Amino acid sequence: MTPSSIVTAAPIIAIKNLSKTFRTADGADVHALDSINLDIADGEFIALIGPSGCGKSTLLRMVADLIPPSTGTITVSGKTAEKARKDRDYGFVFQSATLYEWRTVIKNVELPLEIMGYSKDERRARARAMLSLVELSEFEDKYPWQLSGGMQQRVSIARALAFEPRILLMDEPFGALDEMTRERMNNELLRIWGAMQGMTVIFVTHSIAEAVYLSSRVVVMSPRPGRIAEIIDIDLPRPRGTETRDLERFFHLTSRVRHALRGGVSGGGMNE
Amino acid sequence: MTAATRPALDSGLPTVRPARLSTGTRTVLTAVLIVVCLCMLWEGLKAFSESVGYALDVGGTTVDLTLFNDAQLPHLSAIVGAFGEPSQRGGAPLYAMLFENALYTFWAALRGFAIGGVVGFALAVLFAHSRLLQRGLLPYVVASQTVPILAIAPMVVIWMGRAGALEWSVPIIAAYLTFFPVTIYTLRGLTSVPATALELMHSYAAGWWAILIRLRIPNAMPQIFTALKISATASVVGAIIGELPSGIQNGLGIAILNFSRYYNQSPPRLFATILAAGALGIFFFVIVALAERAIVRWRVQESL
Repeated sequence: MTPSSIVTAAPIIAIKNLSKTFRTADGADVHALDSINLDIADGEFIALIGPSGCGKSTLLRMVADLIPPSTGTITVSGKTAEKARKDRDYGFVFQSATLYEWRTVIKNVELPLEIMGYSKDERRARARAMLSLVELSEFEDKYPWQLSGGMQQRVSIARALAFEPRILLMDEPFGALDEMTRERMNNELLRIWGAMQGMTVIFVTHSIAEAVYLSSRVVVMSPRPGRIAEIIDIDLPRPRGTETRDLERFFHLTSRVRHALRGGVSGGGMNE
Repeated sequence: MTAATRPALDSGLPTVRPARLSTGTRTVLTAVLIVVCLCMLWEGLKAFSESVGYALDVGGTTVDLTLFNDAQLPHLSAIVGAFGEPSQRGGAPLYAMLFENALYTFWAALRGFAIGGVVGFALAVLFAHSRLLQRGLLPYVVASQTVPILAIAPMVVIWMGRAGALEWSVPIIAAYLTFFPVTIYTLRGLTSVPATALELMHSYAAGWWAILIRLRIPNAMPQIFTALKISATASVVGAIIGELPSGIQNGLGIAILNFSRYYNQSPPRLFATILAAGALGIFFFVIVALAERAIVRWRVQESL
């Protein structure tokens, strides 16, 4: 197991000895996550990757304080995860866009701002800026069903960013999209991340290429119980683009991730 | 349309034809066609029964068809004609009298609909937020609807009379029939919120009020309108039944009571009154359906 990259400054997110046990309906205990330790530096882009059932979505939801851990702690810039959620430090993007069908595109982006008590003018201005960032300005008065899947997901990203959270949590946001759209959305996301100065991202994915292309570190998880198998530094140069995917270093890193997923030793190219 | 201009793939796929009637026109045409068929069935049965002398021999047993004679089932022309005749000796024509009484019943039904809607909605919100109250009270809400309204109506009239608010007895009886569908459908709508939609709210640290106003109620709107459409017609039924023991001298319920007493002398007047009651129910239903169209705009619209 390679040691994780050294985090010099105090981490924005510190996960210590985190475990999660679910009780199923028939009374059996399912050990979803076991002794997770992870420090994430401010402004990092972390990809969580692992097979189905490795608990990566559970880990993300515990960081977001949507479900409580069984044991262990999560500290977010010195606070508990609950305090961080109540301080509105998190933007969350789900696998499905989860737009409210009765709201137009711009009203969906304004939703968190309404709840957080922004003034009407401020809401409109911020929502317009975010829709322009995701390049959907001309669709602001459309209803969700009038948009394609990729466009809906861009609206949901705009909504998550509208209140400028310090941390963006993404749960397989592009998992339902086709390969072409997914690659385009990856580029979009890197552009947006660049525009949001210093935002920390945790990105859950099934796709090795996506994890390597986007992140500064890939956290590889293994299932039953969910554990961190390996943490791989991604030292690809930024800004990244289509040509990044053709770099030899890119192939090398994807095969390292693939090996870590198979529980093997790093190195040696294996194909899917 | 010639074969050349036709799209290549027309099997199973809806093709757009230039001269297609609009959905609205087709709905109206279908409705007219159904009315025409019912009229033909009505008059056909009468004509057939008359031709066989109101007795039909079916394999040795005689079926009595006197049900279809003019005293039991008047000609449609007689029913339509009755609208223009005086409702009583020297009185206003029947249509004017029915219109006035329908208006009176509608006003009572509308108040009952409003009371039942508000009470039903409030109960649903309460039940959606308290499992304990839902478990404790919902059985009684269900039980309330198994008690015949005819048994309750006279008591409501007496109570409201003692309270000096007799004019509210009919609306309250109507409300008794109205609140139940609103409670059941609204509760279903408020609680059937997608898990991620709720998680989204939690990620914003939204309170229960924000979740109710911005998620649960909008999510429940289609179910709420389904309930209101049922309640609109139920409130008319409730108002008509409520009028019977009320001692009030106005309303379609009283007209039905009076004309049923004189049914043997003049059946068409009762049928005309029943038609008026049916028209009132449809009128109320259509108002609610139009309100739904105006409010639930985000869905791909279905017809009424």
